[in-house]
Amino acid sequence: MTALVALFSTAAIGAGIIFFLAGTVGLIRFPDGLTRLHALTKADNLGLGLIVIGLLPLSSSVGMALKLVVIWALVQFAGATVAQLIARVARSTERGE
Amino acid sequence: MADALTVAAVIVLAIAAVGLVRVLRGPSRIDRMMAVQLLGSGSVAVLVLLAVGSGTDALVDIALTLALLAAFASIALATTLAQKATAAAKAEHAPGTPAS
Amino acid sequence: MLGLALDLLIAALVIGVALWTVRTRDDFAAIVGFVAYGLLLTLAWARLAAYDVALTEAAIGGGVTGVILLRASIRLKPVATARKPIGARILVGLLCAAISAALAAVVLLPMTPAPSLAIEVRTHLASTGLGNPIAGVLMAYRALDTFLETVVVLLALFGVWSLTPDAAWGGRPAMAVPAAAFGPLPLFGRLLIPVGIVIGVYIVWVGADAPGGKFQGATILAAMWILAMMAGLTQAPSIGRWRLRLLLAAGPIVFLAIGLAGIPLAGAFLAYPEALAKPLILLIEVALTLSIAATLGLLVAGPPDVTPGVEP
Repeated sequence: MTALVALFSTAAIGAGIIFFLAGTVGLIRFPDGLTRLHALTKADNLGLGLIVIGLLPLSSSVGMALKLVVIWALVQFAGATVAQLIARVARSTERGE
Repeated sequence: MADALTVAAVIVLAIAAVGLVRVLRGPSRIDRMMAVQLLGSGSVAVLVLLAVGSGTDALVDIALTLALLAAFASIALATTLAQKATAAAKAEHAPGTPAS
Repeated sequence: MLGLALDLLIAALVIGVALWTVRTRDDFAAIVGFVAYGLLLTLAWARLAAYDVALTEAAIGGGVTGVILLRASIRLKPVATARKPIGARILVGLLCAAISAALAAVVLLPMTPAPSLAIEVRTHLASTGLGNPIAGVLMAYRALDTFLETVVVLLALFGVWSLTPDAAWGGRPAMAVPAAAFGPLPLFGRLLIPVGIVIGVYIVWVGADAPGGKFQGATILAAMWILAMMAGLTQAPSIGRWRLRLLLAAGPIVFLAIGLAGIPLAGAFLAYPEALAKPLILLIEVALTLSIAATLGLLVAGPPDVTPGVEP
């Protein structure tokens, strides 16, 4: 059971790290604002989300696990809103120039 | 497992730090903003990894506060840019001039 | 070993981002750099196990200070940034280096044994009814410092208000962004603000026994208020309203009144009668939380620029 939990956590956290890596690579390598934004949102949502999922079975109390989920929801929600605002800015500056 | 989680924290922070190159290079303000947002999410990830690794409740509270306030800062930065872009597009009177 | 790798990485990033932020010429880029610096500093304090400080840095350093700087930069007129003459720059550099060297000397050459009252604080903590030694120090042993800090925040607001144009005195600061830029902001505000208020109250409440407290919680509450103003869900209040002024002063007034009552009741200014220590500290904390939140919110909003009675 413990080995299974460890395996699950390692896999989920590892996957989360891969999404963070993808976000950074995209942010640096992608050609323009909107595509970079696309890469960033993956790191925000899936990267942190998978890390939180991996941490849930390891957390020391139910309260801590609940807080982890709230943290992810906050980052997710803010990320989606910021993405909308950034996309508007990117579009209007493209039109303006 | 605590050691493995510390390793994960180091990796996530290093990855987010590489993203900071976009803060340095820009070129646009949006790029700088996105890089700092990635660092925000990365910092939250580092804090939760350390919190669970060491079983420290206080670190989860710090991550919670950071998630909330980093979101607030990102929203304010993005709103300011949106405001400037809208103002530039419409070329209306600048905001903040007292009503006469 | 692993911990050391993490610490070295954080330290290198803090120094790198700090240098870049100081050197950059664009104000928006510098503010972004400052927010990143605040995030990294939070990690540094967390690694030092200074959780109360990390919480403060997370709330104030990255979040609210960044937004204050941002709003200040919007108000600033573009100025020609002429470089100072080389002599002046060398002088400033030398002065900064001297201060850094002095601080480094203090840290690297500590007195042995270091002077500390930590053990005495621990042994007498029970008499304050608090579980968090930081809260005990702030509210009981160094209450005068805490009292004056809250007054300083209020004085900073007076400084901001003193920049008000004559015509706008008694009016309110303009906060909301133009409707075209709103996007999902009002929806975001409606959903996030209730959650944020719960978290803010939680951080204040938990501060009695664990890292947290009024300053950190009040900052979160202030951020939620500012968000509501930015999203157009509410307007910044007119600064002439007496209820607002009462709210701003309530914290220091309650603190001062209880402090003065301590002279006859407990034998010293800002001393609490032992049986009532916990409820009195709680009362002060609640009043201070509301006042600090209101003060910080208005600090971000800035000086009024809408003439009273004239709607834009």
